[in-house]
Amino acid sequence: MSNAVSALNSASFEGFATVTETGLRGMITLRGDLSSAKLKAAVKAATGAAIPDVRRVTTGKDGMAAWMSPDELLILCDYASVNDTIATLTAKLTGEHALAVNVSDARAVFRIAGDGAREVLAKLAPVDLSAGAFQAGDFRRSRIAQVAAAFWLNDDNSFELVCFRSVAQYVFDVLKVSAQPGGEVGFL
Amino acid sequence: MSTRLATGGRLLNKGKQLNFTFNGKQLTGFEGDTLASALLANDQMMMGRSFKYHRPRGVVASGAEEPNALMNMGKGGKFEPNQRATTTELFDGLTCASQNHWPSLEFDVGAVNNYMTRFFPAGFYYKTFMFPKFAWKHVFEPIVRQSAGLGQVPKDRDVDTYEHFYAYVDIAVIGGGVAGLQAAKAAALSGAKVLLMEQTAHWGGRAATDGGEVDGKPVADYIADLVAELDAMDNVTMRTRMMGSGVYDHGYVLGYERVNDHTPGNDGPRHRLWRIRAKQIVTATGAIERPLSFAGNDIPGVMLAAAIRDYAADYGVSIGDRTVVVTNNDDAYRTAILLKNAGLEVPVILDARAGGGGALAEEARALGIRIENGKGIAKVKGGKRVTSVAICSQAGEGAVLEEIQCDAVAMSGGWSPVVHLWSHCGGKLTWDDAQAHFRPDATRAPTNQDGIGFVVPAGSANGEMDLAAILNDAHDAGKAASKAAGFNATRKAAPKADAQAEAAMEPVWLMPQGAGPKLRIKAWLDFQNDVKVSDVRLAAQEGYESVEHTKRYTTLGMATDQGKLSNINGLATLAGQLNAPIPAVGTTTFRPPYTPISFGAIAGEARDEVFQPLRRTTIHGYHEDVNAFYEPVGQWRRPYTFPRKGESHADAVKREILQTRDSVGLLDASTLGKIIVKGPDAGKFLDMLYTNMMSNLKPGKCRYGLMCSENGFLSDDGVVARIDEDTFLCHTTTGGAERIHGWMEDWLQCEWWDWKVYTANVTEQYAQVAVVGPNARKVIEKLGGDMDVSKEGLAFMEWKDGKIGDFDARAYRISFSGELSYEIAVPASQGRAFWDALMEAGAEFNIMPYGTEALHVMRAEKGFIMIGDETDGTIIPQDLGLNWAISKKKEDFLGKRAQLRSHMADPNRWKLVGLKTVDGSVIPDGSYAIAAGSNANGQRNTQGRVTSTYYSPTLDCGIAMGLVHNGPDRMGEVIEFNKVDGSTVKAEIVNPVFYDMDGEKQNV
Repeated sequence: MSNAVSALNSASFEGFATVTETGLRGMITLRGDLSSAKLKAAVKAATGAAIPDVRRVTTGKDGMAAWMSPDELLILCDYASVNDTIATLTAKLTGEHALAVNVSDARAVFRIAGDGAREVLAKLAPVDLSAGAFQAGDFRRSRIAQVAAAFWLNDDNSFELVCFRSVAQYVFDVLKVSAQPGGEVGFL
Repeated sequence: MSTRLATGGRLLNKGKQLNFTFNGKQLTGFEGDTLASALLANDQMMMGRSFKYHRPRGVVASGAEEPNALMNMGKGGKFEPNQRATTTELFDGLTCASQNHWPSLEFDVGAVNNYMTRFFPAGFYYKTFMFPKFAWKHVFEPIVRQSAGLGQVPKDRDVDTYEHFYAYVDIAVIGGGVAGLQAAKAAALSGAKVLLMEQTAHWGGRAATDGGEVDGKPVADYIADLVAELDAMDNVTMRTRMMGSGVYDHGYVLGYERVNDHTPGNDGPRHRLWRIRAKQIVTATGAIERPLSFAGNDIPGVMLAAAIRDYAADYGVSIGDRTVVVTNNDDAYRTAILLKNAGLEVPVILDARAGGGGALAEEARALGIRIENGKGIAKVKGGKRVTSVAICSQAGEGAVLEEIQCDAVAMSGGWSPVVHLWSHCGGKLTWDDAQAHFRPDATRAPTNQDGIGFVVPAGSANGEMDLAAILNDAHDAGKAASKAAGFNATRKAAPKADAQAEAAMEPVWLMPQGAGPKLRIKAWLDFQNDVKVSDVRLAAQEGYESVEHTKRYTTLGMATDQGKLSNINGLATLAGQLNAPIPAVGTTTFRPPYTPISFGAIAGEARDEVFQPLRRTTIHGYHEDVNAFYEPVGQWRRPYTFPRKGESHADAVKREILQTRDSVGLLDASTLGKIIVKGPDAGKFLDMLYTNMMSNLKPGKCRYGLMCSENGFLSDDGVVARIDEDTFLCHTTTGGAERIHGWMEDWLQCEWWDWKVYTANVTEQYAQVAVVGPNARKVIEKLGGDMDVSKEGLAFMEWKDGKIGDFDARAYRISFSGELSYEIAVPASQGRAFWDALMEAGAEFNIMPYGTEALHVMRAEKGFIMIGDETDGTIIPQDLGLNWAISKKKEDFLGKRAQLRSHMADPNRWKLVGLKTVDGSVIPDGSYAIAAGSNANGQRNTQGRVTSTYYSPTLDCGIAMGLVHNGPDRMGEVIEFNKVDGSTVKAEIVNPVFYDMDGEKQNV
């Protein structure tokens, strides 16, 4: 574990919003029947979170659950506890057709914070990011410029964004261009 | 002379003087000036030369429709050609130069074309360049290249940044004139979210200049109140310097915002392209005044009547001391009245209508202006500037009645609504006979996904021409848009404006109407591309009946102004010549963008570092540290080889191969696709996907497999490892990871939706390192850990989880090189540390990384195929002698039936063999094996082709793989391959496995 480093080692940029790579995060792709009681109980046991509605994210005491598709959740937890979380999920899902797989190292996570955060993302993702349309707990699987990404809005009005690790530098760079001083749009 | 007036200039801040440079001359203007108004204020009437004849060109309009005043703007990294002086805001330090002349604007050698006018008729290019054939390359092309293009090509990289912005609104209102403002207000009162955009820096358009009263106050005051009101509404966003560039399907609008063009030193992007989704779009895009077609109408000093009015009222600039007004409508009288009131001379108003004008004409007459009804211009005289006009009867053939000295001519041929944005997405037009213009047909709007119209035209863009009607129409448009967007439209009434009664206009398409050839050849339709009335008539005579064909034949409307001034006049001329009604001739197609937008705005942020994504493995940092030479593989950049100082790439590849074969080498194999397939039906699923059997693979074991498309062609290959009873891990090629994952999901979601299988692409979860060579085991054992990697502990084609050193590792005993080989996967976040640990442990064995070229050569030495080399989308496994990997037991797999088709089973298909050159040289890439005789096209017959060809350091000779007719049956035969220099190279057909045929080295 001591050898583990995140994609950009917590790089940060201060523009009209702040962009930070947040370091390693536990992430699990969970595929299964989202309406099943067993899966619901498994997610609850592993994270404390409820099954999220479409395009939403839920938070529990040990992690979060994000809606990725009609049969897929993204489970978020501490990097150190990801194996335990998978073990809990797998144990609780015994006998159920499901897949829980560790994707923590396949991803990078960014936080976009500050008053301009919505506009930084709105330059790169074809998503209605106005305050009325995108609220705390909303989650969107979309793209950032030319690559796939997913993001959600936290209660503190900061966004967190997940992308593939191989394109972490690209995503950080486009977020920097997007957040360059003087680039405020004044629309959102 | 054109000059600055003591009065007027409502858009200027005369307290702030700005310095700028034109053709090297230092000039001054005021804040609020456009480049055009500032040049005019400095008596710079001539601003460029026309495209074909290099005729002197002055500004003719005051806005986006301007065809002539195009500039080379800026310098170095901020240089940009073809910038419109009329829409360029003046800023301190602006530099610009006029275009299309040599050596200077005043004296231009190319103007000799002007005297050759009769040799450059319509279709000149088509007629001239047809023959003789050789002349194109040696005569025409060099000349055309010398003269083509108006502006210069930028030589330096653009120093500015650009961006996109996604916006979602209920209603987008395009155009911030009085109609747009009124429509936005009406729409916003419903509670809808409204985005209002205006291409200039100012709200209100030309209403304030043209005057009138609304709700009992001057229209300028009404606009100011309206702007303030809208500004205070939370649901309204107002943007100036933002053009509605295009309207597309499903309420998609592009807004082109020029953020910093007027403040070039500021932080932030230069342009921002708004990508807007709106439920409804209101096009309040105004109208454009048409020129009149009379001889000499292109001489600098002849301008649109409303433009002359704008320059005087908005910028305090007079075009001349004596302005002759020529018109077919009442509106142009406003110019005469304004000029007279400003103390300037209007020697005569020539009204082409026999009956003359209405109330405005009376007002002009009361000011003492001479008015001549039924008269027109026979000819404008002057070269680089108007000197006089010759008057004639409009009804006649141009006999000169009188010559009047003047230095400016204000012309007005009526107004055409700007229907471009309405039309972009299929909105239809109707011909308005009374106004002689096309206007939107409200019954045939562009429709959205529900079949409902999503564009609402408003104001003069909808064909309404007086203030009262414009405001009413715009108010209704705002209400209609809000209703269509699902809101309750406001019940407030439209404001009341005093309508100024105007006499009917009369269409005038040629002045005088009976003008003969000598006048017609000097009557311009398209000022920028030099298309005249005579050209369009000639096109019609030569059989061009379609307006689209005529456009291309004559180049009418094909210049950078896209025919904003010439379109209607041109097609009316065509209709006249064809004796067809104008609506029967129709318009050319309106296409976005409305005016040219910058390439930078289209590219957005995608330039330099972020031009496109570059995928990096977690070991990429090492590759950068040692200056690897890369090759692109998908969006990855993989090391091709790791050359040392002074070493050629070929030498580096040779060194890497010999070291790996002799001792040990490392390959960053992280990019290989890794897909988890899990579920009770996973085995059944993989049996369908792969040509060979996967369901009987034992946990802990690996098997190589082939995937085909349903048409039987080889699509991907890789090693499958069975993790447990329900779970497989499928390796794909580097470029195939996303594609194969999508392929799996496609079959699972669309065809076998009831099979219990889940997949997950975990390619990037792992850093994967191939430790390859006779000393590979020693290196791994040196790292320690709890994994037994001995021959017995981890046999060939087995995998195992455990600790290598302190790394969580999964080791696969698989080999793509033919050597003892372990592919070891560790969590990606530990990849670099693992790589460094291997490099350190292997130091005593002289361990070194090898790149993709060494990988390719080593696999070719072993006769292993490579997807993309041996396959090209037309190759089936049987072509490659891979029958051993095609199950005969399985009832079905993707591609099975296709491979039974007669052409697929044809024994004459070229088949894979090894090729060894007789002289030891390397066969050129892409070579064909030649056969006797030639085909119907006179080409040499072929009997095969090379698919992979390399110098083999291990064998010290050229080796290749190729597909050859009946190849496997022709072992030992020598055939010839063509070379680039026309000669051939002899190669012997051999077994494709050149090295360690029995596989002893990998199985130790």
